[in-house]
Amino acid sequence: MHFDAFDRYHDTQSFIHRLEPRVKVVVTIAYILSNALLPDGAWIAFGLAWLFLLSANVLSNLGITFTLKRSFVALPFALVAITVLFSIPGESLSAFHFLFWDLTITDMGLLRFVSILIRSWLSVQMAILLVATARFPDIVHALEHLRVPSILTTIIAFLYRYLFVLVDEVFRLLRAREARSAAAAGERSGGSVAWRAGVAGSMAGQLFLRSYERSDRVYNAMLARGYTGHLNTINPHELRRVDYLTTALALIIILFFQWVGRL
Amino acid sequence: MHYSPAPLHIPDGFLNISVSLVCWALTVITLSVAVSRTNRSLGEKQVPLMGIMASFIFAAQMINFPVAGGTSGHLLGGALAAIVLGPWAGMLVMTAVVAVQGLLFQDGGLLAMGANILNMGLLTVAIGYGLYRSVLNKSQATRLTVAGIAAWLSVMAGALATSLQLWLSGTSNLQTVVIAMLGVHAVIGLGEALVTVAALGFILRTRPDLLGEGSASAEGGRGWVVAGIVVSLLVVLLSPFASADPDGLNRVAIDLGFIHVGQSSSYQIIPDYTLPFLGATPLSTILAGAIGIVVVGVIIFLLGQGLKTKS
Repeated sequence: MHFDAFDRYHDTQSFIHRLEPRVKVVVTIAYILSNALLPDGAWIAFGLAWLFLLSANVLSNLGITFTLKRSFVALPFALVAITVLFSIPGESLSAFHFLFWDLTITDMGLLRFVSILIRSWLSVQMAILLVATARFPDIVHALEHLRVPSILTTIIAFLYRYLFVLVDEVFRLLRAREARSAAAAGERSGGSVAWRAGVAGSMAGQLFLRSYERSDRVYNAMLARGYTGHLNTINPHELRRVDYLTTALALIIILFFQWVGRL
Repeated sequence: MHYSPAPLHIPDGFLNISVSLVCWALTVITLSVAVSRTNRSLGEKQVPLMGIMASFIFAAQMINFPVAGGTSGHLLGGALAAIVLGPWAGMLVMTAVVAVQGLLFQDGGLLAMGANILNMGLLTVAIGYGLYRSVLNKSQATRLTVAGIAAWLSVMAGALATSLQLWLSGTSNLQTVVIAMLGVHAVIGLGEALVTVAALGFILRTRPDLLGEGSASAEGGRGWVVAGIVVSLLVVLLSPFASADPDGLNRVAIDLGFIHVGQSSSYQIIPDYTLPFLGATPLSTILAGAIGIVVVGVIIFLLGQGLKTKS
């Protein structure tokens, strides 16, 4: 497995790609915060926020539907919000009987449900765009510039750096289990569910020992290459004038959404 | 790739602004105690170790086992991380895992990440380590049994906290979400318990030194036992209450003034949840929230001090 097998970065040249990672992190967070602050049913503001997202897609040279195609990851979670359809008082839209409940969908409930879905759908797309236009190590570096404690950013950087090594290890463990799980035709291999969970647990224990021992070797190898407790990067990570201007403009636009949403 | 989202990661949009920010504040305060504690007690060598351990938890979540009908279970890892790495390191490691899941895989939101870290990284570690710490010097069988119970409870605690946050955000009906979440996670938690116990058993058989005297696993103070038991009791007492008598919890929430958070949508400014001299403005709500955060922060800081002096 390649070391950046997990990165969602899409390598291309664009205005957004060239922006400093800090700018992208700050604007993404401001955008998500703004969505959370918009009132239920602020359709015009939601529409403008969507246009903002589409323009960011275009400016990033990835195609206008880039984030749309990947935006449904959060959708299964909508299940937990279904109850607001029935539990918020309001005018009845439709009543029906489900198993042993009498349910009434109210207009206020529907308004809230749709608003929650839109907020979630817009926010997740901006987060997708962030990791598509900045390399993950650069995002971690940006977090360090934004005063996230360095012990935490270093742990995250190591997590990311060695994940592919350990996932390779997991694949070896899974292949070994597969190879030993033969079964006669028509028979099921393996024991009870509890037994299978126990096997998975032993594999996790094995993975722990391998990771633990590997961390020693990793540390020694890093010392040999001059590690002093700080991770360096060859990217300059300097804020240029275009970075300041873009941040200011984006934040003003996002504030404008708030104003529109409260009209 | 084997990455499969777990049902506890709350995406953005499902928590309202007050709940998100309060959870972020609780998380940041707890983490800053964890950062200062680990910075003081660990050498530079431990940071790469913790990073690789975070990688380990992430990768271990990919080891799945078939359950039934095409579904499969896998480890979540909070209790295991706490027991093998010690409490503060366990918290930082689980935080890194949740942060990467949210940032890189969009499994859990960014604004909701404070809540996600709290539910899956901090509560699970407090229960997992606290209960295990209470039987640290007992026989191996007792330790493994308690570790299993702690793993199950830690999953339930995460599920209960998630349900309560969704309810307080006005996203879900209290009774429905609590019963559904706890029901599903009672089963997921069984898998978690079995995997955690088997993993610990394997480590005890092959490298008992990693869990014995003087290891990270034994470094937490006795204060953790209290923390673990208190959080566990809250889960045990609150779960049946919330699922069987939601009106009761509503009444408690009214008495404590929480319910306004629960009933307000993300923007409505409820007069009782503002500062009188500023009137009903967003600034007032934010300040009211900030004051609440400071109060909670002081409590957690004092708790942290207590845990430190006892260790």
